[in-house]
Amino acid sequence: MKYDSEWDVIVVGAGPGGSKAAWEFAKRGNKTLLVDRKQQIGPPKRCGEGISIWVIEEVAGLKATPDIVKQEIDGGILIAPNGKEAVVHIPEGGTGAIIERSQFEKKLAAEAIRAGAKVMLKCDVFDVIKNDGYVEGIRARHEGKNIDLKCKILVGSDGVDSTIGRLAGLKTTMPPSECDSGYQYEMANLPLKDQRKIELYFGNDIAPRGYVWIFPKGDDVANVGIGINGSMEHNAKYYLDKWIDSNHERFKNASILEINAGVIPVTQGVRQMVDNGIMLLGDAARMVNPIHGGGMATALEAAIMAGEVGSAAIKGGDVSFERLKEYQDMWWKKRGNQYKKVLKVRHFFEKINDEQLNIIRDVVEDTSLYLDLAEGKNLSQVAKMLLKASPKGAKFAMSFIKN
Amino acid sequence: MTARVDRDICCYCGGCTSVCPTMALKLDETYIKISDEKCKSCGTCVTVCPVSAIEVVL
Repeated sequence: MKYDSEWDVIVVGAGPGGSKAAWEFAKRGNKTLLVDRKQQIGPPKRCGEGISIWVIEEVAGLKATPDIVKQEIDGGILIAPNGKEAVVHIPEGGTGAIIERSQFEKKLAAEAIRAGAKVMLKCDVFDVIKNDGYVEGIRARHEGKNIDLKCKILVGSDGVDSTIGRLAGLKTTMPPSECDSGYQYEMANLPLKDQRKIELYFGNDIAPRGYVWIFPKGDDVANVGIGINGSMEHNAKYYLDKWIDSNHERFKNASILEINAGVIPVTQGVRQMVDNGIMLLGDAARMVNPIHGGGMATALEAAIMAGEVGSAAIKGGDVSFERLKEYQDMWWKKRGNQYKKVLKVRHFFEKINDEQLNIIRDVVEDTSLYLDLAEGKNLSQVAKMLLKASPKGAKFAMSFIKN
Repeated sequence: MTARVDRDICCYCGGCTSVCPTMALKLDETYIKISDEKCKSCGTCVTVCPVSAIEVVL
């Protein structure tokens, strides 16, 4: 296949964010190239595959068809360290979804192609081209040759690696304490508590500074995974295997379809995500909800912002940092500042022990508060609730309010 | 000293490459390329690997 060497936009990384960005840029008339180092869009997934119908339809812009949506979710069961449960219902009108992510990504890329974008696979970017302080393209290995591809705007949506960002000189390196280490089995023949509810298990022995999840994926199939802080004594696989072994009765007839692993940024988004001629989005810009580690919705949302601002910048002939900063400000205003609050919630929960977690489960009557916590809302209300409980609850509730 | 990957254990998730402060590691689909010159043996990759497939050796 022959490819041009000059483009308006090159998007590196055909995940949900990158494919959506390519679609947004292409539909506005930009000559767009979407590249990925893999030889197929989609697998292997580094993801629990949890999202919502609303995000699929209203943000990603796709139909929530059964080939994408494997299981609709109406709530979650949170299990405290002592085994007691708290059931959270997703409010009226919102439905969660566990998806076949590789299908989702392919469909997004197909839309980008229909909007006019071209896709190059097996394209391994090893450098960015810089000229006079501006990023002007990429250097990549493709089909045995080194190639130079030029663009007005380079979009770095290459996931947690954030190689593009780092090559361009943007500070996206994260220390281990700011990332989660994740491991997951997709399994079949697993009995579920409730087909329409995700299960989340907490506890210092189960998942230190993280959680074990079971995400039903249709019938008796589920993603069974763990995310723990990146600087723990044992690795993620150790904790997940240990937890599964300790639930032998439940897992005795289940077995695995896939093994997935990955590292998830759980910090706040990078401060500077643009520079002259370059924009970052998604995991590459550390755009992830720090409490639950979900990043697809945020990446898709950022892709729309990037397409809007980037296209206008190209039309106006100015792709400088000052011009592209509008995208950065837009994201920080819409999502970044909210995630800063969520990060505080995360830091709080990292400090409390199992006993205190058990107390929280007992005192929180309105479980919709957990949804608020995950969005960084109503924090003072949660603190008030903890104050109402035992003296033990009051002590750390005070520190919560103080923060 | 430099990092070494056990290919029988590695899941090729690329987590190590994403945290390396000197970009000494690179994921090439089913292979982690390591630059001995860039590796500073800081051990960050060892810490975050979900399956402990990577270690720092002499």
